[in-house]
Amino acid sequence: MQEENEDILEQITTADYKYGFVTDIEADAAPKGLSEDIVRFISAKKNEPEWLLSWRLKAYRHWLTLKEPTWPNVHYPTINYQDIIYYSAPKQKIAPNSLDEIDPELRDTFEKLGISLNEQKRLSGIAVDAVMDSVSVATTFKGELSKMGIIFCSMSEAVLEHPELIKKYLGSVIPMTDNYFTALNSAVFTDGSFCYIPAGTRCPMELSTYFRINAANTGQFERTLIVAEAGSYVSYLEGCTAPMRDENQLHAAVVEIVAQEKAEVKYSTVQNWYPGDKEGKGGIYNFVTKRGICAGDHSKISWTQVETGSAITWKYPSVILKGDFSIGEFYSVAVTNNYQQADTGTKMIHIGKNTRSRIVSKGISAGKSQNSYRGLVNVGRKATNSRNFSQCDSLLLGDKCGAHTFPYIEVKNKSSMVEHEATTSKIGEDQIFYCNQRGIDTESAVAMIINGFAKEVMNQLPMEFAVEAQKLLAISLEGSVG
Amino acid sequence: MLKIEHLKAAIEDKQILKGINLEIKPGEVHAIMGPNGSGKSTLASVLAGRDYYEVTGGSVSFEGKNLLEMSPEERAREGVFLAFQYPVEIPGVSTTNFIKTAVNEIRKHRGIEPLDAVGFLKMMKEKMKVVNIDQSLLSRSMNEGFSGGEKKRNEIFQMAMLEPKLAILDETDSGLDIDALRIVANGVNTYRNAGNAFLIVTHYQRLLDYIVPDFVHVLYNGRIVKSGTKELAKELEEKGYDFIRNEFAETEEA
Repeated sequence: MQEENEDILEQITTADYKYGFVTDIEADAAPKGLSEDIVRFISAKKNEPEWLLSWRLKAYRHWLTLKEPTWPNVHYPTINYQDIIYYSAPKQKIAPNSLDEIDPELRDTFEKLGISLNEQKRLSGIAVDAVMDSVSVATTFKGELSKMGIIFCSMSEAVLEHPELIKKYLGSVIPMTDNYFTALNSAVFTDGSFCYIPAGTRCPMELSTYFRINAANTGQFERTLIVAEAGSYVSYLEGCTAPMRDENQLHAAVVEIVAQEKAEVKYSTVQNWYPGDKEGKGGIYNFVTKRGICAGDHSKISWTQVETGSAITWKYPSVILKGDFSIGEFYSVAVTNNYQQADTGTKMIHIGKNTRSRIVSKGISAGKSQNSYRGLVNVGRKATNSRNFSQCDSLLLGDKCGAHTFPYIEVKNKSSMVEHEATTSKIGEDQIFYCNQRGIDTESAVAMIINGFAKEVMNQLPMEFAVEAQKLLAISLEGSVG
Repeated sequence: MLKIEHLKAAIEDKQILKGINLEIKPGEVHAIMGPNGSGKSTLASVLAGRDYYEVTGGSVSFEGKNLLEMSPEERAREGVFLAFQYPVEIPGVSTTNFIKTAVNEIRKHRGIEPLDAVGFLKMMKEKMKVVNIDQSLLSRSMNEGFSGGEKKRNEIFQMAMLEPKLAILDETDSGLDIDALRIVANGVNTYRNAGNAFLIVTHYQRLLDYIVPDFVHVLYNGRIVKSGTKELAKELEEKGYDFIRNEFAETEEA
């Protein structure tokens, strides 16, 4: 029976990475390597104003002084930053003036990924910015949204069309000097999305960005900025996939969120970059910095992430709780399998009074993978009456994987309260057998147990994505249970 | 319905079942009794398809099919139900949802339409009465934080929902107080009919005061050494297992 169970689990995984195809499209690319010239090349490609070029160059020069961080609990060969292509844009035969004119090859690619660039075909009221490699290829529902004063467009477009907003907010939450990868990103970022929700406006649809890496030897360095003015609300979702390749590819993104007084931003990620094969060959290095600031009183930022892909994940979506009574949330499910490594968590920085934060992290490790939660709860001297609750649960499948928890707690006043709970459990053969004995096969049993474990986080996802994310969890796990 | 012939099973080279013969016909209730370590629970587990026991000989046919060739889920779908001695907890999976999945897997196997939410709820309401189980218990995670009695009642409730042909109760009475024992027995008696059969594994006679068996077998040292009617259970209760040990000591391997 053991063999049979393994067969079933084998099948789940040989269903394989569904998004591993390559689109055969000509690309307009920069030569390999990183230098001031490459930074200038990218800036010129995007017709950027002088101030942004100097900003990039400043970041680049700072980056040269930094060393790659070694503190995460992940191991990988040294990255040769001169061996990466920093700009690659799929060539479109004509410059599209409307969505109808997009290169059919690109349209098909996104159709295959389940992303329709056809506004007529929308099912669930989601506006999409589709990014391939270094450029945004299309953004849907721009017109409809702009009637409400909402700006939703690619970062490149925002730089040209709304320079005053970009100047004001770019790097305002995450300074370019924040860390090694933010400095790198600030120097070479190529595209990403910009969302601006005017005061008192509730965004009527989900805004989303779909990131696709297609070209080989190329890094993706996107930059997303969300600004929610006073009393506004937006729910934003990000998805990503990449082709299966033997070599590792670097993805170093920066996401910044600003929430003004009484504004609420809900940011959900379903991260499904190519994780590498069963021997640990290939896969994306996902080194991402995400941070939001609750700038105004009573504002709220909520991060939800489902992390199933990437060979290495290094990311800590954080919230700076500056406004009084502001709320920060972090809900995470991180799945690692085979040789995947994840070091992920959050930082909740309490500055304002009566601020609250909530952390729910669910780590699932299988195969020979390593899965770490790393989190910081920092309550400042003036952040009186603040509260944090953290729950970190780990689930192990098999006996060759690892789960680690690194919680850091710093509290500098006496009226605040911080709670931390952690559990580690194993999917037992007993649980699987129990399900089997009720007529439920191993494949469904594992999916059921995993989804039960991750339920609290999955419930935070927008409805449209919850089902897809549930399936993804089951598919990402391989035969360590038998 | 079930025919066990010369069944032998081992765990890590240790022979536990040394040649079991047993036939169960529809409508019959068989009790398996015996001292600790005689192989009672092993027999229940082997019949359900637990893989850490290796079947080293013999055959088991269930409704004419080779049971030993089937996966645990196939056996369940064919109508073999095991009420576990230690039911497991499945955090985050509601009891209702779990049972609904199981019911529909089994219906699918039998070529019946899956039950929708309304149909399932109706069925659940009916069966809940039988085992005196509360709705609030069923909306909680599967067995999580349930008391010993609640877990066992949940087992019998699942049995009632899944409507098996053969139900194996593995020491369902262990750890139950007298009220819980009555409720469990009542569940079994309500469900008992001419078309299904029970194999009740128990250490004590007291369960058999409530579920009256047609046959009682004494399992000792991996073999059925004595078979009889419910009177045999009474005799065991009076004399204790020592008389079996004395009588059959010579059958133990030298």
